[in-house]
Amino acid sequence: MNCRSEVLEVTVEARQVEEAMLALLHTILLHRSTGKFHYKKEGTYSIGTVGTLDFDCDFIDFTFVRVSSEELDRVIRKAVSEFKDALSNSGSDGMGQISLEFYQKKKSRWPFSDECIPWEVWSIKVNVVNLANEQERQICREKVGEKLGEKVINVVEVINRHEYLPKMPTQSEVDNVFDTSLKDVQPYLYKITYQITDSLGTSVSTTMRRLIKDTLAL
Amino acid sequence: MDSDLSPQDKKDLDKFIKFFALKTVQVIVQARLGEKICTRSSSSPTGSDWFNLAIKDIPEVTHEAKKALAGQLPGIGRSMCVEISLKTCDKDIKVSYTVYNRLSVLLKSLLAITRVTPAYKLSRKQGHDYVILYRIYFGEVQLSGLGEGFQTVRVGVVGTPVGTVTLSCAYRTNLAFMSNRQFERSAPIMGIIVDHFVDPPCSSQRPANMGQPCNYRAPDEEDGGTFAGVQDSQEVCTTSFSTSPPSQVLHAGKEGGVVLVPAQPPHGADAHITVEHAPNTPSSSGDDDGLSQSAEGRRDEGRRSVSPADPVESLSAFTRKVGAFVNKPSTQVSNILTSLDLPFAAFAPRGLDSEENDPMVQPPDSPPCPSPLQASLHSQGSEGSGQQDDFVMVDFRPAFSKDDLLPMDLGTFYREFQNPPQLASLSLHISSQSMADDLDSLPEKLRVYEKNIDEFDAFVDMLQ
Repeated sequence: MNCRSEVLEVTVEARQVEEAMLALLHTILLHRSTGKFHYKKEGTYSIGTVGTLDFDCDFIDFTFVRVSSEELDRVIRKAVSEFKDALSNSGSDGMGQISLEFYQKKKSRWPFSDECIPWEVWSIKVNVVNLANEQERQICREKVGEKLGEKVINVVEVINRHEYLPKMPTQSEVDNVFDTSLKDVQPYLYKITYQITDSLGTSVSTTMRRLIKDTLAL
Repeated sequence: MDSDLSPQDKKDLDKFIKFFALKTVQVIVQARLGEKICTRSSSSPTGSDWFNLAIKDIPEVTHEAKKALAGQLPGIGRSMCVEISLKTCDKDIKVSYTVYNRLSVLLKSLLAITRVTPAYKLSRKQGHDYVILYRIYFGEVQLSGLGEGFQTVRVGVVGTPVGTVTLSCAYRTNLAFMSNRQFERSAPIMGIIVDHFVDPPCSSQRPANMGQPCNYRAPDEEDGGTFAGVQDSQEVCTTSFSTSPPSQVLHAGKEGGVVLVPAQPPHGADAHITVEHAPNTPSSSGDDDGLSQSAEGRRDEGRRSVSPADPVESLSAFTRKVGAFVNKPSTQVSNILTSLDLPFAAFAPRGLDSEENDPMVQPPDSPPCPSPLQASLHSQGSEGSGQQDDFVMVDFRPAFSKDDLLPMDLGTFYREFQNPPQLASLSLHISSQSMADDLDSLPEKLRVYEKNIDEFDAFVDMLQ
């Protein structure tokens, strides 16, 4: 199947990177998480409830809604924090990309490991700028807030096109479709990766990853 | 196409639509309360968490929504609209888990979108200068209050066997407020709506199309009785789903909940992928019942007829026709208008409970303007001069500031500090408290001073 891929692009100040990424990643995950499944006899299951929480950004004039799950928030924050550190340490122009990929696992026979088949990939391109004075920062605060609002609308439009979603799995298959490790919510299986574009415009890590993938793909 | 739907399926779909409508209204109104929302995720479902989302039910809002629905459901030709105003106001789809799940995703999208429109920021700052109101009505969506250049966002669509549920939002982008012309415009609007009221409003009442305040306060005990009706008809939502094939028909569970069969056989076909929109059936009838808030029993002692708050947002919850029902937010700042005898007085902001405090009747004093050239968004003085809706938004260019390089700093400063939050020490009950304390301590102080009168005299002599 073709994997649906969406790209979002934002231009932010260095201190806004973290919150901008959190806003977009959490908005996507809000739509791609369900309550916990509890399988019962006779092939029925019940679904838990997803709570939501409004989060005010400190460096951006923006509020977003995220899933009310501290565990999930921790995982996302850790990934975003790594991305932010990589971005600031890279010495590049401050361009990078963080990707949120939803995938399904397909069991393969031994000795081959399980295949991960992505069905939706969100790429968020980040462009970091440096601002000279407080007045510009204030304008940036509001502008970035507006831009993030537009991105949320884009996300919502894409998601509501109702294109492919994995079908609801049986109990034995649930770990191939959902991430069941969290206590209170159940997002679709996802992984977050990032890459930093160096000043030459080429992405070093992507090249490496492609090489490795190609080698192992047999 | 109804003939293809079994009665049980139709009943379930109607139930989904009804609760989707109620939950949509809750999401929209809660997004405009001015507070941050936080609900908990729970791994064990309860019967009341519709669409697997923890959305609290505010009793007053449920009551209003049920009143607006009045036993009918949004249908083709009968869109349900939620208006937010600011005031100084297919193919066939089986009824199955697919539809339920998609409605759930749509509600999540609505949660996200309601924080993005300009009205959200305004609603977070509401309080002493203005309040945000909401109004639910049926029928044709009224976009005229949004001004020119309003934007529309389509939140999403969900196809059902009897039609397509479309959720969209239109919001005002032009923040130049309208002038006194509102007075004339209000009359015809009132004229249209008057037919739908249970109790005909008299001119002294607050115009019905102003809506309820989005200002939630936990109801006092005596108010609890008013909403007893809400509890009676609580229906249990689906808590159980099945992985069995879709050929099994939906059947009601024992507790009154419904056991849904998701549209997926355990092997093979992916029912989720296909979204088949029901064919565009012509409207069932011409009746456009525009239901809106009833003005029953509201009195405004001696208040002149005021123009309604300009609509800020119009969130059309959903319609069953193919097409958008539009939520339009329209922002318009006007004075706070609250009536003493609102049926949902619990919603009214505190402190405005006597006519003396009613800014409509006695406009607030004009605050000192930083420069005579400005007409700023926050300057309540211009509003208070007896023309309630005479707001003109102009570019804020502070006097004595340079035009080119850094014009903004002074302007930003003005803007920020023109609307400061109320000082705690100036709030009414604290100041009255300290006043009482002062008065009590006066005799004591006088005694001390009299004792030391010689010292004071000597001091005064020294100064001369």
